[in-house]
Amino acid sequence: MSTAVRIPNITQSEKTGRLMAKLVSLAQGVADLLRDGDVVALEGFTHLIPFAAGQEIIRQRRKDLTLVRMTPDVIYDQLIGAGCARRLIFSWGGNPGVGSLHRFRDAVQNSWPVPLELEEHSHAGMANRYVAGASGLPFAVLRGYTGTDLPRHTTNIRTIACPFTGEVLTAVPALRPDVTVVHAQRADRAGNVQMWGITGVQKEAVLAARQSLVTVEEIVDHLEPVPGQVVLPSWAVTAVAEVPGGAHPSYAHGYSVRDNDFYLAWDTISRDRDTFQGWLEQHVLKVETPA
Amino acid sequence: MSEGWTADEMMTVAAARQLRDGTACFVGIGLPSTAANLARATHAPNLVLVYESGCLGAKPDRLPLSIGDGVLADTADAVVSVPEVFNYWLQPGRIGIGFLGAAQLDRYGNINTTVIGKNYRDPTVRLPGAGGAPEIAASCGEVIVVVRQNLRTFTDRVDFVTSAGYGSGPGHRERLGLHGRGPRVVITDLGVLEPDPDTCELTLTCLHPGVTVDRVRAATGWELAVAERLTRSPQPTEQELTVLRALESTKEGVLH
Repeated sequence: MSTAVRIPNITQSEKTGRLMAKLVSLAQGVADLLRDGDVVALEGFTHLIPFAAGQEIIRQRRKDLTLVRMTPDVIYDQLIGAGCARRLIFSWGGNPGVGSLHRFRDAVQNSWPVPLELEEHSHAGMANRYVAGASGLPFAVLRGYTGTDLPRHTTNIRTIACPFTGEVLTAVPALRPDVTVVHAQRADRAGNVQMWGITGVQKEAVLAARQSLVTVEEIVDHLEPVPGQVVLPSWAVTAVAEVPGGAHPSYAHGYSVRDNDFYLAWDTISRDRDTFQGWLEQHVLKVETPA
Repeated sequence: MSEGWTADEMMTVAAARQLRDGTACFVGIGLPSTAANLARATHAPNLVLVYESGCLGAKPDRLPLSIGDGVLADTADAVVSVPEVFNYWLQPGRIGIGFLGAAQLDRYGNINTTVIGKNYRDPTVRLPGAGGAPEIAASCGEVIVVVRQNLRTFTDRVDFVTSAGYGSGPGHRERLGLHGRGPRVVITDLGVLEPDPDTCELTLTCLHPGVTVDRVRAATGWELAVAERLTRSPQPTEQELTVLRALESTKEGVLH
Protein backbone atom coordinates (compact mmCIF):
# COMPACT_ATOMS: atom_id res chain seq x y z
CA MET A 1 0.00 0.00 0.00
CA SER A 2 1.27 3.47 -0.83
CA THR A 3 2.12 5.67 2.13
CA ALA A 4 1.00 8.84 0.35
CA VAL A 5 -2.41 10.10 1.37
CA ARG A 6 -4.82 10.28 -1.53
CA ILE A 7 -8.47 11.20 -1.56
CA PRO A 8 -10.95 8.71 -3.00
CA ASN A 9 -11.98 8.77 -6.63
CA ILE A 10 -15.02 10.93 -7.01
CA THR A 11 -17.48 10.60 -9.87
CA GLN A 12 -18.43 13.80 -11.62
CA SER A 13 -21.72 13.66 -13.48
CA GLU A 14 -21.24 14.40 -17.20
CA LYS A 15 -24.68 16.03 -17.42
CA THR A 16 -24.71 18.28 -14.39
CA GLY A 17 -21.03 18.68 -13.58
CA ARG A 18 -21.92 17.85 -9.95
CA LEU A 19 -20.02 15.32 -7.95
CA MET A 20 -22.27 12.32 -7.40
CA ALA A 21 -22.57 8.57 -7.04
CA LYS A 22 -23.51 6.45 -10.04
CA LEU A 23 -26.68 4.38 -9.78
CA VAL A 24 -25.82 0.88 -11.01
CA SER A 25 -27.03 -2.70 -10.91
CA LEU A 26 -25.26 -4.96 -8.41
CA ALA A 27 -23.54 -6.91 -11.20
CA GLN A 28 -22.39 -3.74 -12.92
CA GLY A 29 -21.19 -2.18 -9.66
CA VAL A 30 -19.04 -5.20 -8.81
CA ALA A 31 -17.77 -5.54 -12.41
CA ASP A 32 -16.85 -1.84 -12.62
CA LEU A 33 -15.18 -1.44 -9.24
CA LEU A 34 -13.46 -4.69 -8.31
CA ARG A 35 -10.30 -6.13 -9.85
CA ASP A 36 -8.49 -9.37 -9.03
CA GLY A 37 -5.85 -8.67 -6.39
CA ASP A 38 -7.69 -5.69 -4.91
CA VAL A 39 -7.87 -4.84 -1.23
CA VAL A 40 -11.60 -5.07 -0.52
CA ALA A 41 -13.53 -4.31 2.66
CA LEU A 42 -17.10 -5.52 3.16
CA GLU A 43 -18.25 -3.99 6.44
CA GLY A 44 -21.39 -4.11 8.57
CA PHE A 45 -21.27 -5.00 12.26
CA THR A 46 -23.73 -7.94 12.49
CA HIS A 47 -26.31 -5.54 11.09
CA LEU A 48 -26.31 -4.40 7.39
CA ILE A 49 -23.76 -6.94 6.16
CA PRO A 50 -23.58 -6.76 2.33
CA PHE A 51 -24.19 -10.48 1.67
CA ALA A 52 -25.65 -10.04 -1.82
CA ALA A 53 -22.62 -8.05 -2.94
CA GLY A 54 -20.26 -10.66 -1.47
CA GLN A 55 -22.07 -13.39 -3.37
CA GLU A 56 -21.87 -11.35 -6.59
CA ILE A 57 -18.08 -11.16 -6.07
CA ILE A 58 -18.08 -14.97 -5.88
CA ARG A 59 -20.21 -15.21 -9.07
CA GLN A 60 -17.81 -12.93 -10.90
CA ARG A 61 -14.97 -15.22 -9.75
CA ARG A 62 -12.72 -12.51 -8.34
CA LYS A 63 -9.39 -13.92 -7.14
CA ASP A 64 -6.37 -13.04 -4.99
CA LEU A 65 -8.38 -10.50 -3.02
CA THR A 66 -7.09 -9.11 0.24
CA LEU A 67 -10.28 -9.20 2.26
CA VAL A 68 -10.57 -6.69 5.09
CA ARG A 69 -13.22 -6.87 7.78
CA MET A 70 -13.39 -6.56 11.57
CA THR A 71 -15.55 -9.67 11.90
CA PRO A 72 -15.08 -12.00 8.94
CA ASP A 73 -18.26 -13.92 9.59
CA VAL A 74 -20.43 -16.02 7.30
CA ILE A 75 -20.05 -13.85 4.17
CA TYR A 76 -16.24 -14.10 4.35
CA ASP A 77 -16.53 -17.84 5.07
CA GLN A 78 -18.34 -18.04 1.72
CA LEU A 79 -15.77 -15.89 -0.12
CA ILE A 80 -12.83 -17.79 1.43
CA GLY A 81 -14.41 -21.19 0.69
CA ALA A 82 -15.07 -20.10 -2.90
CA GLY A 83 -11.37 -19.34 -3.35
CA CYS A 84 -11.65 -15.55 -3.81
CA ALA A 85 -9.23 -14.59 -1.03
CA ARG A 86 -5.46 -14.69 -0.78
CA ARG A 87 -5.13 -12.65 2.38
CA LEU A 88 -7.34 -11.64 5.30
CA ILE A 89 -6.97 -8.57 7.53
CA PHE A 90 -9.30 -9.01 10.49
CA SER A 91 -9.88 -8.99 14.25
CA TRP A 92 -12.42 -11.77 15.00
CA GLY A 93 -13.34 -14.67 12.71
CA GLY A 94 -16.34 -16.61 13.93
CA ASN A 95 -20.01 -17.33 13.30
CA PRO A 96 -21.54 -14.89 15.82
CA GLY A 97 -23.58 -16.63 18.50
CA VAL A 98 -22.92 -20.03 16.89
CA GLY A 99 -19.23 -20.97 16.87
CA SER A 100 -16.43 -21.37 14.37
CA LEU A 101 -16.16 -20.54 10.69
CA HIS A 102 -15.30 -23.86 9.10
CA ARG A 103 -14.23 -22.59 5.67
CA PHE A 104 -11.92 -20.03 7.33
CA ARG A 105 -10.49 -22.75 9.58
CA ASP A 106 -9.99 -25.13 6.65
CA ALA A 107 -8.12 -22.43 4.71
CA VAL A 108 -5.86 -21.59 7.68
CA GLN A 109 -5.26 -25.14 8.91
CA ASN A 110 -5.22 -26.99 5.55
CA SER A 111 -4.78 -24.32 2.84
CA TRP A 112 -8.09 -25.35 1.24
CA PRO A 113 -9.08 -24.30 -1.41
CA VAL A 114 -6.07 -21.96 -1.41
CA PRO A 115 -3.68 -20.84 1.36
CA LEU A 116 -4.91 -17.86 3.32
CA GLU A 117 -2.42 -15.37 4.69
CA LEU A 118 -3.52 -13.63 7.90
CA GLU A 119 -2.96 -10.16 9.26
CA GLU A 120 -4.53 -10.19 12.67
CA HIS A 121 -5.60 -7.28 14.87
CA SER A 122 -7.98 -6.42 17.69
CA HIS A 123 -11.30 -4.63 17.11
CA ALA A 124 -9.86 -1.42 18.55
CA GLY A 125 -6.89 -1.66 16.19
CA MET A 126 -9.04 -2.29 13.11
CA ALA A 127 -11.51 0.47 13.98
CA ASN A 128 -8.66 2.93 14.40
CA ARG A 129 -7.00 1.83 11.15
CA TYR A 130 -10.22 2.78 9.33
CA VAL A 131 -10.44 6.05 11.27
CA ALA A 132 -6.91 6.96 10.14
CA GLY A 133 -7.82 6.08 6.56
CA ALA A 134 -10.99 8.16 6.69
CA SER A 135 -9.06 11.04 8.30
CA GLY A 136 -6.39 11.08 5.61
CA LEU A 137 -3.71 10.30 8.19
CA PRO A 138 -0.95 7.72 7.76
CA PHE A 139 -1.55 6.00 11.09
CA ALA A 140 -3.65 5.92 14.23
CA VAL A 141 -2.62 5.94 17.88
CA LEU A 142 -4.32 3.89 20.57
CA ARG A 143 -3.69 2.33 23.93
CA GLY A 144 -3.95 -1.22 22.69
CA TYR A 145 -2.38 -4.66 22.25
CA THR A 146 -0.18 -4.17 25.32
CA GLY A 147 0.84 -7.44 26.94
CA THR A 148 -0.53 -9.57 24.09
CA ASP A 149 1.24 -11.78 21.54
CA LEU A 150 -0.43 -10.03 18.57
CA PRO A 151 2.47 -7.60 17.87
CA ARG A 152 4.87 -10.57 17.52
CA HIS A 153 2.91 -11.86 14.53
CA THR A 154 1.62 -8.68 12.92
CA THR A 155 4.25 -6.23 11.69
CA ASN A 156 1.57 -3.56 11.31
CA ILE A 157 1.46 -3.10 15.09
CA ARG A 158 4.27 -0.85 16.36
CA THR A 159 4.88 1.39 19.36
CA ILE A 160 5.31 5.14 19.40
CA ALA A 161 6.25 7.55 22.20
CA CYS A 162 3.86 10.41 22.89
CA PRO A 163 5.79 13.60 21.95
CA PHE A 164 4.27 15.42 24.93
CA THR A 165 4.41 12.92 27.80
CA GLY A 166 6.69 10.14 26.54
CA GLU A 167 4.00 7.52 27.21
CA VAL A 168 4.52 4.50 24.97
CA LEU A 169 1.44 3.92 22.83
CA THR A 170 0.50 1.65 19.93
CA ALA A 171 0.50 2.82 16.32
CA VAL A 172 -1.32 1.07 13.49
CA PRO A 173 -1.21 2.15 9.83
CA ALA A 174 -4.24 3.57 8.04
CA LEU A 175 -6.39 1.11 6.12
CA ARG A 176 -7.03 2.32 2.58
CA PRO A 177 -9.08 -0.34 0.77
CA ASP A 178 -9.24 -0.17 -3.01
CA VAL A 179 -12.98 -0.72 -2.62
CA THR A 180 -15.32 -0.73 0.38
CA VAL A 181 -18.74 -2.33 0.03
CA VAL A 182 -21.52 -1.67 2.55
CA HIS A 183 -25.29 -2.14 2.72
CA ALA A 184 -27.66 0.59 3.92
CA GLN A 185 -31.38 1.20 4.24
CA ARG A 186 -32.00 3.92 1.66
CA ALA A 187 -30.55 6.19 -0.97
CA ASP A 188 -32.12 8.93 -3.05
CA ARG A 189 -31.77 9.19 -6.83
CA ALA A 190 -28.73 11.42 -6.47
CA GLY A 191 -27.03 8.66 -4.47
CA ASN A 192 -27.14 10.18 -0.98
CA VAL A 193 -27.10 7.21 1.41
CA GLN A 194 -28.96 6.95 4.70
CA MET A 195 -28.38 4.28 7.32
CA TRP A 196 -29.40 3.84 10.95
CA GLY A 197 -29.37 1.38 13.83
CA ILE A 198 -26.05 -0.32 14.52
CA THR A 199 -23.74 1.39 12.05
CA GLY A 200 -20.48 -0.24 13.12
CA VAL A 201 -17.53 1.04 11.17
CA GLN A 202 -19.27 1.45 7.80
CA LYS A 203 -18.95 5.21 7.50
CA GLU A 204 -15.22 5.11 8.30
CA ALA A 205 -14.65 2.17 5.92
CA VAL A 206 -16.38 4.02 3.04
CA LEU A 207 -14.48 7.24 3.68
CA ALA A 208 -11.17 5.36 3.95
CA ALA A 209 -11.58 3.62 0.59
CA ARG A 210 -10.51 4.85 -2.82
CA GLN A 211 -13.86 3.70 -4.25
CA SER A 212 -17.07 2.48 -2.68
CA LEU A 213 -20.17 0.52 -3.59
CA VAL A 214 -23.27 0.88 -1.41
CA THR A 215 -26.15 -1.54 -1.83
CA VAL A 216 -29.47 -0.29 -0.42
CA GLU A 217 -32.87 -1.73 0.47
CA GLU A 218 -34.56 0.89 -1.66
CA ILE A 219 -33.96 3.99 -3.75
CA VAL A 220 -36.46 6.75 -2.94
CA ASP A 221 -37.27 10.19 -4.36
CA HIS A 222 -36.71 11.94 -1.03
CA LEU A 223 -34.89 10.76 2.09
CA GLU A 224 -37.14 11.12 5.14
CA PRO A 225 -35.19 12.32 8.17
CA VAL A 226 -34.62 9.50 10.69
CA PRO A 227 -33.30 9.95 14.24
CA GLY A 228 -29.70 8.87 14.60
CA GLN A 229 -29.30 8.48 10.88
CA VAL A 230 -25.95 8.54 9.13
CA VAL A 231 -25.94 10.15 5.72
CA LEU A 232 -23.11 9.55 3.34
CA PRO A 233 -23.47 12.35 0.81
CA SER A 234 -23.65 11.35 -2.81
CA TRP A 235 -20.24 12.84 -3.55
CA ALA A 236 -18.54 10.61 -0.98
CA VAL A 237 -19.78 7.40 -2.61
CA THR A 238 -18.75 5.93 -5.98
CA ALA A 239 -21.77 3.76 -6.82
CA VAL A 240 -25.15 2.82 -5.37
CA ALA A 241 -27.14 -0.29 -6.27
CA GLU A 242 -30.70 -1.09 -5.20
CA VAL A 243 -30.65 -4.61 -3.74
CA PRO A 244 -33.72 -5.30 -1.57
CA GLY A 245 -32.86 -7.94 1.03
CA GLY A 246 -29.17 -7.50 0.18
CA ALA A 247 -28.14 -7.99 3.81
CA HIS A 248 -29.84 -11.37 4.28
CA PRO A 249 -29.23 -13.42 6.49
CA SER A 250 -28.10 -10.37 8.48
CA TYR A 251 -30.68 -7.61 8.65
CA ALA A 252 -31.59 -4.03 7.85
CA HIS A 253 -33.16 -2.24 10.83
CA GLY A 254 -36.67 -1.13 9.88
CA TYR A 255 -36.81 -3.52 6.91
CA SER A 256 -35.99 -7.02 8.09
CA VAL A 257 -34.89 -9.13 11.07
CA ARG A 258 -31.80 -11.29 11.38
CA ASP A 259 -32.30 -14.83 10.04
CA ASN A 260 -30.80 -16.62 13.03
CA ASP A 261 -31.85 -20.00 11.63
CA PHE A 262 -29.55 -19.47 8.66
CA TYR A 263 -26.56 -18.69 10.90
CA LEU A 264 -27.26 -21.93 12.77
CA ALA A 265 -27.73 -23.89 9.52
CA TRP A 266 -24.43 -22.49 8.21
CA ASP A 267 -22.55 -24.48 10.85
CA THR A 268 -23.71 -27.71 9.15
CA ILE A 269 -23.50 -26.45 5.56
CA SER A 270 -19.93 -25.18 5.97
CA ARG A 271 -18.45 -28.01 8.04
CA ASP A 272 -17.91 -30.33 5.07
CA ARG A 273 -16.22 -29.29 1.79
CA ASP A 274 -18.67 -31.14 -0.48
CA THR A 275 -21.76 -29.89 1.34
CA PHE A 276 -20.40 -26.37 1.12
CA GLN A 277 -19.67 -26.67 -2.60
CA GLY A 278 -23.14 -28.05 -3.23
CA TRP A 279 -24.65 -25.12 -1.36
CA LEU A 280 -22.46 -22.64 -3.24
CA GLU A 281 -23.43 -24.14 -6.59
CA GLN A 282 -27.15 -24.06 -5.83
CA HIS A 283 -27.52 -20.82 -3.86
CA VAL A 284 -24.86 -18.56 -5.33
CA LEU A 285 -23.34 -19.67 -8.63
CA LYS A 286 -26.60 -20.72 -10.30
CA VAL A 287 -28.48 -17.63 -9.18
CA GLU A 288 -29.21 -15.20 -11.99
CA THR A 289 -28.55 -11.60 -11.09
CA PRO A 290 -30.67 -8.84 -12.54
CA ALA A 291 -28.69 -6.89 -15.14
CA MET B 1 -29.09 -32.95 38.77
CA SER B 2 -30.51 -33.96 42.11
CA GLU B 3 -30.52 -30.34 43.27
CA GLY B 4 -32.68 -29.41 40.30
CA TRP B 5 -30.13 -27.25 38.47
CA THR B 6 -27.17 -27.83 36.15
CA ALA B 7 -23.49 -26.93 36.57
CA ASP B 8 -23.83 -24.38 33.75
CA GLU B 9 -26.79 -22.76 35.54
CA MET B 10 -24.75 -22.56 38.76
CA MET B 11 -21.88 -20.95 36.81
CA THR B 12 -24.17 -18.37 35.21
CA VAL B 13 -25.85 -17.54 38.52
CA ALA B 14 -22.46 -17.21 40.25
CA ALA B 15 -21.29 -14.86 37.49
CA ALA B 16 -24.45 -12.76 37.71
CA ARG B 17 -24.00 -12.40 41.47
CA GLN B 18 -20.59 -10.79 40.86
CA LEU B 19 -22.19 -7.83 39.06
CA ARG B 20 -22.95 -4.85 41.26
CA ASP B 21 -25.91 -2.60 40.55
CA GLY B 22 -25.12 0.71 38.90
CA THR B 23 -21.88 -0.31 37.21
CA ALA B 24 -21.17 -0.27 33.50
CA CYS B 25 -20.35 -3.70 32.14
CA PHE B 26 -18.79 -4.55 28.76
CA VAL B 27 -20.68 -7.65 27.65
CA GLY B 28 -19.86 -10.29 25.04
CA ILE B 29 -22.40 -12.69 23.61
CA GLY B 30 -23.01 -16.10 25.20
CA LEU B 31 -22.48 -16.70 28.92
CA PRO B 32 -21.47 -13.11 29.79
CA SER B 33 -24.57 -11.72 28.11
CA THR B 34 -26.80 -14.28 29.83
CA ALA B 35 -25.26 -13.58 33.24
CA ALA B 36 -25.44 -9.79 32.80
CA ASN B 37 -29.09 -9.94 31.76
CA LEU B 38 -29.85 -12.27 34.69
CA ALA B 39 -28.24 -9.75 37.06
CA ARG B 40 -30.24 -6.91 35.51
CA ALA B 41 -33.48 -8.87 35.94
CA THR B 42 -32.73 -9.74 39.59
CA HIS B 43 -30.45 -7.80 41.97
CA ALA B 44 -28.92 -5.20 39.63
CA PRO B 45 -31.71 -3.39 37.75
CA ASN B 46 -29.41 -0.42 37.05
CA LEU B 47 -26.56 -2.42 35.55
CA VAL B 48 -25.45 -0.65 32.37
CA LEU B 49 -24.86 -3.12 29.55
CA VAL B 50 -22.38 -2.04 26.89
CA TYR B 51 -22.08 -4.13 23.73
CA GLU B 52 -19.17 -3.66 21.31
CA SER B 53 -21.61 -3.20 18.43
CA GLY B 54 -22.12 0.31 19.81
CA CYS B 55 -25.17 -0.21 22.05
CA LEU B 56 -24.70 1.62 25.35
CA GLY B 57 -27.17 0.89 28.14
CA ALA B 58 -29.08 -1.83 26.29
CA LYS B 59 -32.14 -3.18 28.12
CA PRO B 60 -33.22 -6.22 26.09
CA ASP B 61 -36.37 -8.06 27.20
CA ARG B 62 -35.01 -11.26 25.65
CA LEU B 63 -31.51 -12.64 25.21
CA PRO B 64 -29.83 -11.20 22.13
CA LEU B 65 -28.57 -13.86 19.73
CA SER B 66 -25.64 -11.76 18.64
CA ILE B 67 -23.94 -8.59 19.85
CA GLY B 68 -25.57 -6.80 16.93
CA ASP B 69 -29.13 -7.99 17.59
CA GLY B 70 -31.72 -5.32 16.76
CA VAL B 71 -33.25 -5.57 20.25
CA LEU B 72 -30.05 -4.05 21.67
CA ALA B 73 -30.24 -0.99 19.42
CA ASP B 74 -33.98 -0.58 20.06
CA THR B 75 -33.54 -0.51 23.85
CA ALA B 76 -30.18 1.29 24.23
CA ASP B 77 -29.59 4.72 25.78
CA ALA B 78 -27.35 5.46 22.81
CA VAL B 79 -26.17 3.68 19.67
CA VAL B 80 -22.69 4.78 18.65
CA SER B 81 -20.10 3.69 16.08
CA VAL B 82 -17.55 0.99 16.82
CA PRO B 83 -14.58 3.40 16.82
CA GLU B 84 -16.49 5.47 19.40
CA VAL B 85 -17.15 2.46 21.67
CA PHE B 86 -13.47 1.63 21.83
CA ASN B 87 -11.97 5.15 21.77
CA TYR B 88 -14.40 7.20 23.85
CA TRP B 89 -15.96 4.66 26.17
CA LEU B 90 -13.56 1.75 26.76
CA GLN B 91 -10.08 3.30 26.36
CA PRO B 92 -10.45 6.13 28.95
CA GLY B 93 -11.70 3.69 31.60
CA ARG B 94 -15.41 4.56 31.62
CA ILE B 95 -16.42 0.87 31.85
CA GLY B 96 -16.16 -0.68 35.31
CA ILE B 97 -16.33 -4.36 34.47
CA GLY B 98 -15.25 -6.41 31.46
CA PHE B 99 -16.66 -9.88 31.04
CA LEU B 100 -14.49 -12.36 29.12
CA GLY B 101 -14.49 -16.02 28.13
CA ALA B 102 -11.42 -18.09 27.25
CA ALA B 103 -10.33 -21.06 25.15
CA GLN B 104 -7.22 -21.36 27.33
CA LEU B 105 -6.44 -19.74 30.68
CA ASP B 106 -3.24 -19.96 32.76
CA ARG B 107 -2.51 -19.55 36.47
CA TYR B 108 -1.97 -15.80 36.03
CA GLY B 109 -5.27 -15.28 34.27
CA ASN B 110 -3.76 -14.76 30.82
CA ILE B 111 -6.30 -15.64 28.13
CA ASN B 112 -5.97 -17.29 24.73
CA THR B 113 -8.74 -17.09 22.13
CA THR B 114 -6.47 -17.04 19.05
CA VAL B 115 -4.81 -20.40 18.23
CA ILE B 116 -4.26 -23.78 19.86
CA GLY B 117 -0.79 -25.14 19.06
CA LYS B 118 2.72 -23.77 19.36
CA ASN B 119 2.99 -22.56 15.77
CA TYR B 120 0.87 -19.49 15.05
CA ARG B 121 1.23 -19.90 11.28
CA ASP B 122 0.40 -23.61 11.37
CA PRO B 123 -2.01 -24.04 14.28
CA THR B 124 -3.69 -27.22 15.51
CA VAL B 125 -6.93 -25.26 15.92
CA ARG B 126 -7.63 -21.81 14.58
CA LEU B 127 -9.92 -19.94 17.01
CA PRO B 128 -11.89 -16.74 16.23
CA GLY B 129 -9.21 -14.37 17.57
CA ALA B 130 -9.09 -11.25 19.67
CA GLY B 131 -12.16 -9.17 18.85
CA GLY B 132 -12.49 -6.57 21.57
CA ALA B 133 -10.87 -8.69 24.29
CA PRO B 134 -7.27 -7.32 24.51
CA GLU B 135 -8.46 -3.79 25.20
CA ILE B 136 -11.32 -4.93 27.44
CA ALA B 137 -8.73 -6.85 29.52
CA ALA B 138 -6.44 -3.80 29.55
CA SER B 139 -8.85 -0.91 30.11
CA CYS B 140 -11.93 -2.02 32.05
CA GLY B 141 -11.71 -1.28 35.79
CA GLU B 142 -11.65 -5.00 36.45
CA VAL B 143 -12.33 -8.23 34.58
CA ILE B 144 -14.54 -11.22 35.31
CA VAL B 145 -13.70 -14.40 33.41
CA VAL B 146 -16.38 -17.03 32.88
CA VAL B 147 -15.18 -20.38 31.59
CA ARG B 148 -15.82 -24.11 32.01
CA GLN B 149 -13.04 -25.76 33.98
CA ASN B 150 -11.20 -28.70 32.39
CA LEU B 151 -7.63 -29.74 31.52
CA ARG B 152 -7.90 -28.51 27.94
CA THR B 153 -8.78 -24.97 29.05
CA PHE B 154 -6.93 -24.59 32.37
CA THR B 155 -3.43 -24.99 31.05
CA ASP B 156 -0.01 -24.37 32.57
CA ARG B 157 0.92 -22.05 29.70
CA VAL B 158 -1.42 -20.53 27.15
CA ASP B 159 -0.30 -21.09 23.54
CA PHE B 160 -0.96 -17.43 22.71
CA VAL B 161 -1.65 -14.43 24.92
CA THR B 162 -4.70 -12.77 23.37
CA SER B 163 -5.65 -10.82 26.50
CA ALA B 164 -3.32 -10.03 29.36
CA GLY B 165 -4.08 -11.19 32.87
CA TYR B 166 -1.25 -10.81 35.39
CA GLY B 167 1.43 -11.68 32.80
CA SER B 168 4.20 -13.55 34.59
CA GLY B 169 3.18 -12.46 38.07
CA PRO B 170 3.34 -9.53 40.50
CA GLY B 171 4.17 -6.14 39.00
CA HIS B 172 3.72 -7.27 35.40
CA ARG B 173 0.61 -5.18 34.65
CA GLU B 174 2.18 -2.13 36.27
CA ARG B 175 5.35 -2.50 34.19
CA LEU B 176 3.24 -2.66 31.02
CA GLY B 177 1.30 0.44 32.08
CA LEU B 178 -2.10 -1.25 31.82
CA HIS B 179 -4.80 0.98 33.27
CA GLY B 180 -7.32 -1.62 34.44
CA ARG B 181 -6.71 -3.84 37.46
CA GLY B 182 -7.09 -7.12 35.56
CA PRO B 183 -9.03 -10.31 36.34
CA ARG B 184 -10.66 -10.00 39.77
CA VAL B 185 -12.41 -13.34 39.64
CA VAL B 186 -12.72 -16.45 37.46
CA ILE B 187 -16.08 -18.21 37.65
CA THR B 188 -16.26 -21.79 36.44
CA ASP B 189 -18.79 -24.63 36.48
CA LEU B 190 -16.94 -26.03 39.53
CA GLY B 191 -16.18 -23.00 41.65
CA VAL B 192 -14.57 -19.59 41.92
CA LEU B 193 -10.90 -18.62 41.61
CA GLU B 194 -9.37 -15.31 42.65
CA PRO B 195 -5.83 -13.96 42.28
CA ASP B 196 -3.73 -14.23 45.42
CA PRO B 197 -2.92 -10.65 46.54
CA ASP B 198 0.80 -11.46 46.90
CA THR B 199 1.53 -13.91 44.07
CA CYS B 200 -1.24 -12.95 41.60
CA GLU B 201 -1.77 -16.70 41.11
CA LEU B 202 -5.36 -17.84 40.63
CA THR B 203 -6.43 -19.53 43.86
CA LEU B 204 -9.52 -21.62 44.47
CA THR B 205 -11.59 -19.64 46.96
CA CYS B 206 -15.07 -21.08 46.60
CA LEU B 207 -16.64 -24.39 45.59
CA HIS B 208 -20.05 -24.78 44.01
CA PRO B 209 -22.41 -27.14 45.89
CA GLY B 210 -21.48 -30.81 45.58
CA VAL B 211 -17.98 -30.15 44.12
CA THR B 212 -14.80 -31.35 45.89
CA VAL B 213 -11.33 -29.78 45.87
CA ASP B 214 -9.95 -32.95 44.27
CA ARG B 215 -12.37 -32.61 41.40
CA VAL B 216 -11.28 -29.04 40.74
CA ARG B 217 -7.60 -30.05 40.98
CA ALA B 218 -8.20 -32.83 38.45
CA ALA B 219 -9.63 -30.25 36.04
CA THR B 220 -6.68 -27.85 36.39
CA GLY B 221 -3.47 -28.16 34.36
CA TRP B 222 -1.19 -26.74 37.05
CA GLU B 223 -0.76 -27.31 40.75
CA LEU B 224 -3.77 -25.42 41.98
CA ALA B 225 -3.46 -23.17 45.02
CA VAL B 226 -6.39 -23.48 47.42
CA ALA B 227 -7.40 -20.78 49.90
CA GLU B 228 -7.18 -21.62 53.60
CA ARG B 229 -10.73 -20.45 54.11
CA LEU B 230 -12.61 -22.08 51.30
CA THR B 231 -16.24 -21.03 51.00
CA ARG B 232 -19.17 -22.66 49.21
CA SER B 233 -21.50 -20.95 46.76
CA PRO B 234 -25.11 -20.66 47.90
CA GLN B 235 -27.36 -22.75 45.68
CA PRO B 236 -29.22 -20.88 42.94
CA THR B 237 -32.45 -19.47 44.35
CA GLU B 238 -35.87 -20.23 42.89
CA GLN B 239 -36.02 -16.66 41.60
CA GLU B 240 -32.60 -16.87 39.94
CA LEU B 241 -33.48 -20.15 38.25
CA THR B 242 -36.90 -18.96 37.11
CA VAL B 243 -35.52 -15.78 35.57
CA LEU B 244 -32.53 -17.58 34.02
CA ARG B 245 -34.72 -20.25 32.41
CA ALA B 246 -37.15 -17.64 31.11
CA LEU B 247 -34.21 -15.81 29.53
CA GLU B 248 -32.76 -19.02 28.06
CA SER B 249 -36.11 -19.94 26.55
CA THR B 250 -35.96 -16.79 24.42
CA LYS B 251 -32.99 -18.09 22.44
CA GLU B 252 -34.13 -21.58 21.51
CA GLY B 253 -32.13 -23.40 18.88
CA VAL B 254 -28.84 -21.59 19.49
CA LEU B 255 -25.94 -24.00 19.69
CA HIS B 256 -24.16 -22.27 22.57
